Amino acid sequence: MSEEKVIAAVKFGILSPDEIRKMSVVQVTSPETYYEDGTPKAFSVMDPRLGAIEPGQVCPVCGNTMKACPGHFGHIELALPVINVLFVKHIYDLLKATCPRCGRLKIPPEVFEKYRRYLLKLRERHPYLAKLFAENIKRQAMKASVCPYCGAKQPKIRLEKPITFYEEDPETRDKIRLNPREIRRRLEMIPNEDLELLGYDPKDARPEWMVLTVLPVPPTSIRPSILIETGIRSEDDLTHKLVDIVRTNERLREHLASGAPEIIIDDLWELLQYHVTTYLDNEVPGLPPAKHRSGRPLKTLAQRLRGKEGRFRGNLSGKRVDFSARTVISPDPYLSINEVGVPVEIAKVLTVPEKVTEWNIEELRKYVLNGPYKWPGANYIVTPDGRRIDLRYVRDRKSIAESLAPGYIVERHIKDGDIVLFNRQPSLHRMSMMGHVVKVLPGRTFRLHLAVCPPYNADFDGDEMNLHVPQTEDARAEARILLKVQNHILTPRYGGVIIGAIQDYVSGAYILTIKSTLLEKEEVVELLAAAGIVKELPEPAILSPKKYWTGKQVVSLFLPENFNYHGKSNISSGNLRCDDINCFWDSYIVVKQGKLLMGVLDKKPIGAEQQDSLLYWLCKEYGVETCATFMDRVFRLFIRTLEIKGFTLRLDDVEVDEETRKQIIDILNKAFEKVKDLVDRYVRRELEVVPGRSLEESLEIKILEVLAEARDRAGELVVSKLSPINFAFAMARTGARGNVLNLTQMMATLGQMTVRGERIWRGYMGRYLPHFKRNDLGAIARGFVVNSFCSGLSVTEMFMHAAGGREGLVDTAVRTSQSGYMQRRLINALLDLYVEYDYTVRDSTGSIIQFAYGEDKADPSKAPHGKLLNVERVIERVLGGAM
Amino acid sequence: MPSRKKITGDLSQKILEHELVPKHEVLSIEEGMRILKEYGVKPEQLPWLRASDPVAKAIGAKPGDIVRIIRKSPTGGEIVVYRYVVPG
Repeated sequence: MSEEKVIAAVKFGILSPDEIRKMSVVQVTSPETYYEDGTPKAFSVMDPRLGAIEPGQVCPVCGNTMKACPGHFGHIELALPVINVLFVKHIYDLLKATCPRCGRLKIPPEVFEKYRRYLLKLRERHPYLAKLFAENIKRQAMKASVCPYCGAKQPKIRLEKPITFYEEDPETRDKIRLNPREIRRRLEMIPNEDLELLGYDPKDARPEWMVLTVLPVPPTSIRPSILIETGIRSEDDLTHKLVDIVRTNERLREHLASGAPEIIIDDLWELLQYHVTTYLDNEVPGLPPAKHRSGRPLKTLAQRLRGKEGRFRGNLSGKRVDFSARTVISPDPYLSINEVGVPVEIAKVLTVPEKVTEWNIEELRKYVLNGPYKWPGANYIVTPDGRRIDLRYVRDRKSIAESLAPGYIVERHIKDGDIVLFNRQPSLHRMSMMGHVVKVLPGRTFRLHLAVCPPYNADFDGDEMNLHVPQTEDARAEARILLKVQNHILTPRYGGVIIGAIQDYVSGAYILTIKSTLLEKEEVVELLAAAGIVKELPEPAILSPKKYWTGKQVVSLFLPENFNYHGKSNISSGNLRCDDINCFWDSYIVVKQGKLLMGVLDKKPIGAEQQDSLLYWLCKEYGVETCATFMDRVFRLFIRTLEIKGFTLRLDDVEVDEETRKQIIDILNKAFEKVKDLVDRYVRRELEVVPGRSLEESLEIKILEVLAEARDRAGELVVSKLSPINFAFAMARTGARGNVLNLTQMMATLGQMTVRGERIWRGYMGRYLPHFKRNDLGAIARGFVVNSFCSGLSVTEMFMHAAGGREGLVDTAVRTSQSGYMQRRLINALLDLYVEYDYTVRDSTGSIIQFAYGEDKADPSKAPHGKLLNVERVIERVLGGAM
Repeated sequence: MPSRKKITGDLSQKILEHELVPKHEVLSIEEGMRILKEYGVKPEQLPWLRASDPVAKAIGAKPGDIVRIIRKSPTGGEIVVYRYVVPG
């Protein structure tokens, strides 16, 4: 083992010409890269000394073959200096802050020493402040109009993007172009002490090094050429660019030697500057990007690092991994919420390394015998001396299974009971990646329990999800203890349950627990079998003439025996509203000693994303394990209830009778009259104006008000006539799916369509569609849809509805991209903050960000609504059980 | 552009009376040391307060001082925070 070292600091500097020459193994002068026979030419950018790149080739510099040769740098001696674009800003600042005649920083000598000492002191104690202070000194120096040392008048320096500097005489206003040679001369003059005052370390970053005189040529291994099947060689973009630089450089050198006219020299110099600039960064603003022959912009040095697919974001912050899988998801209510169904095909690829011990050797032998193509098998064996045996190529698996001994490692297929991480993008919160227990199943999709859809925000319209297999014992332990789904039932966002009943579970709970549900013994037994428990049946609620059990009795079998709870259910609203146990409508839930005594279960008590619910207190007081098993069992019960009873939404659920239809039309006609009246008054300019709005706006606001009210009234009318056993209505009331507005739109009328909050008017001159009169301000012409989804839309109505619907789609598309970017920036800023044991929030340097987490030290997922204790709940727990 | 008037004298004291300006006070050296010890931090690891901040000027806080701020919080009621005065 080599000596262990700790990185104390990382420092970046600028390569000096001397250093570049020192690390160079060859001076590149030849623009041609290959001889005619295809061998690389010496002194070109493909010089073999730059590193071994062909298999079998021995590096002439280090003597290694391709595998071990790290590659070596070469260099190009530039005939004339060129500016390094990446330092243009620094050069500009330095030129402005120093005197062109004597090279001193334009800070008065009186304060120089004072500033210097202060800066040194700051650097020791407050490095951040030192940076600020140096910046201030620079700004002060740039302001001086006369050099405090030699008294020279200071010309104005101007930077013409991207890389040309001009000097402007303060009096004559003559513009002189500064060439890189002159710039370099000026930068050379700046003394080291002055540089230190500006925050540069002259040992590692002399400013004249920002003007290139020698260019390093990177080793061939970082710019490999690709051999296409036809035998044609295709060079890397960097190689192309380097060839351009060498070619221009050599031409320039020749012209210089032969004493060519200045114009030619300047032209070539500029060309060299362009090539070097684009070699470093091909996306400099104000410069046309260098293109490939095909017209594709070249990917040069800066482009390799920058952006989403660049080295930092694409290869260092995140990378491609093994032991992962991705496929379509589909539901399976017969899994536990903690489980994930994995297709056999995938289970045969993903492996877990398992160490052979005396206790598992027999089992692992079986896996090895099964081999890589039969599940549950194994793909690799690692021997104690570190050799990997690929079981795909082992002919006699029997003997290799025999040779297994403690100390070997078998990479076996994942099997039931393994822990994996399951994830759906966008990973917006920590519940987007949770630990699941593997259940290998036939089929080709990942299967998951429906109750875990809300945290992942998943549905089954083609969503795909990712799965990762932790490879170390530590990672697996962490996943089992911290990441399992059951540990995320309570969300840290608002401290409610995020995993709970959704859609059919809610409908099922309602159907099972309403008063009219009476079950015979056979039915009860079937339900309990579906839920998977074996338990003594309680005394039936009705003994004679036949024994009947209520749904509430069945649900009670799953509640802990000392559990007490009371609260409203979702249906407790409108005329079914109940605030205490004197409840006729069964909309107030009372649980005493683990018995559901009254109230129906629906979205409020057991739904997902609900606060202060029955499920919440069950999880809180009996632990997530109990909570998870409760959900697993009881949800299967609800589903089976629906399967037995039959639950659907049919057309006649949303049909209205003739009389109601007439009443709706009546309501709408009255509203249309009002609109007409408003329009008339508007035409006569008699309409009263809403404060702060124009007459037109006032009219629109009022019309929208009138029509919205009409729609609501139609909705109320329709809903009031619904039978309580109407399936659509039951779903809306219990919170399973849909709401009164959806019912209204299905049964009564769609109401006003809007685009950007206005009635629809854009389209033809003075009207939305050519079917209407010009400047018709009436309800129908401006997008009021009289029909309902049940009665069917007219053609014009359909178009207006589509216009409103399209806006919604566009909005979501825009919102997701914007909020995604915001999230990225927030996370980048906050990602290494943590809560210290003294409850302060710190950053990675230990600086204090907040003196008490959330200023109340409360973790929402642990404390009910930020309070330490819910006194009412304590009373309920102790005394609530009294019958 | 009209130049901003320098806030001086009485006016600078007046901002302390505004209801949205929480209570600021400069700590004594001993008290400052106690706070640093309590949190186990170096002074520059506290949040910063610029010496040019109007409140810092009004209470006469100089770079190097530690300022106690007592302010209201929607979650925590009345809370105490500290800031380290830096030049600028």
